[in-house]
Amino acid sequence: MTASKSLGRLVAVIPAFDESEVIGKVVDEIRAFDASVDIVVIDDASTDDTAEIAESHGAIVLRLPHNVGIGGAVQTGFKFALAENYDTAVRLDGDGQHDASELEKLLAPLERGEADLVIGSRFVDPGGTYRPPLARRIGIRVFARLVSLLGGQRVTDTTSGFLALDRIGIELFAAEYPHDYPEVEATLVALRSGLRLAQVQVRMRERETGSSSITFVRSLYYVAKVTLALLVASLRRYPRLETARR
Amino acid sequence: MTPLRISIVGVVASALLILIVLELIRGRRLKERYALLWLATGAVLLVLSAWREALNTIAGWLGVTGYPPAVLFAVATLFILLVLLHYSTVLSKLTDENVELAQRIALLEERVSRALRASNTTKL
Repeated sequence: MTASKSLGRLVAVIPAFDESEVIGKVVDEIRAFDASVDIVVIDDASTDDTAEIAESHGAIVLRLPHNVGIGGAVQTGFKFALAENYDTAVRLDGDGQHDASELEKLLAPLERGEADLVIGSRFVDPGGTYRPPLARRIGIRVFARLVSLLGGQRVTDTTSGFLALDRIGIELFAAEYPHDYPEVEATLVALRSGLRLAQVQVRMRERETGSSSITFVRSLYYVAKVTLALLVASLRRYPRLETARR
Repeated sequence: MTPLRISIVGVVASALLILIVLELIRGRRLKERYALLWLATGAVLLVLSAWREALNTIAGWLGVTGYPPAVLFAVATLFILLVLLHYSTVLSKLTDENVELAQRIALLEERVSRALRASNTTKL
């Protein structure tokens, strides 16, 4: 399918660190979904040839001079989208866990003008098949509750990095995006800034190579950092963005 | 009352701290903005070491009855904490600026190489 007119120019933002084995396939899959999408791979100072492979598959590559972490890398892509005047941005992981064939579902609420931010959630549909390990399941659920409570809207999956943004969303995240473990806090910032959030059920694949950036040792830091960030974010004042454009 | 020997050591140590900081500033190895807290630390410790009656009085206020020099250590610790906290804020700011710079370089490099490609194709 091709993106409808109402989505305007579309860019796919893909942060990647040492993903040379899968990055080519990720780029090809997005191209197969829609050949008109511009694909931007942000190479977070990989030690392998991720950047070259992405480039040879036709992606625009932004090379960070040193590793800035996933959030800083993603934000580079949003800054690119803002500077190059894209109307819509989608963000997928560079490891292939986000299925490009699900993009159509992700973009539908934007196309209908119902949302500024669409999150691909693994838990909208209670019958979903995704069953993470117990500890992670508890973590995901606790953060979802906390963000729902502080943000005033029920959110089912705050740890998903599979999302789509309209122009307002691009502007917000280009200006404000946490540098490490960004997804949970970014969701709350979006809600508190008045963005309209939609969630759609998506399938996610098991990682094809490498391991999740959240190892067991880091999970304590993750929980502490994200909890603190959420509590502080709920004390901060965010300007309400003008989202009703039509 | 504080033992005289402790007062002397306190005066010498805090004077030494002030001199070292001044020398670092003179040699441009320390910026004034990061030196001010150190100088304040040195000055306060110098005053409290030299002016023994004052240290005694403050110790009395704080309920430190047995050993007035404990106040000296407490004040020194407090100032070190302040300096460290200050550095944490500086570090956070530098981290943010550093990420911002890296992002701009990545964006600029892409724009430059795109512009170069475009100008090469027009030349051909």
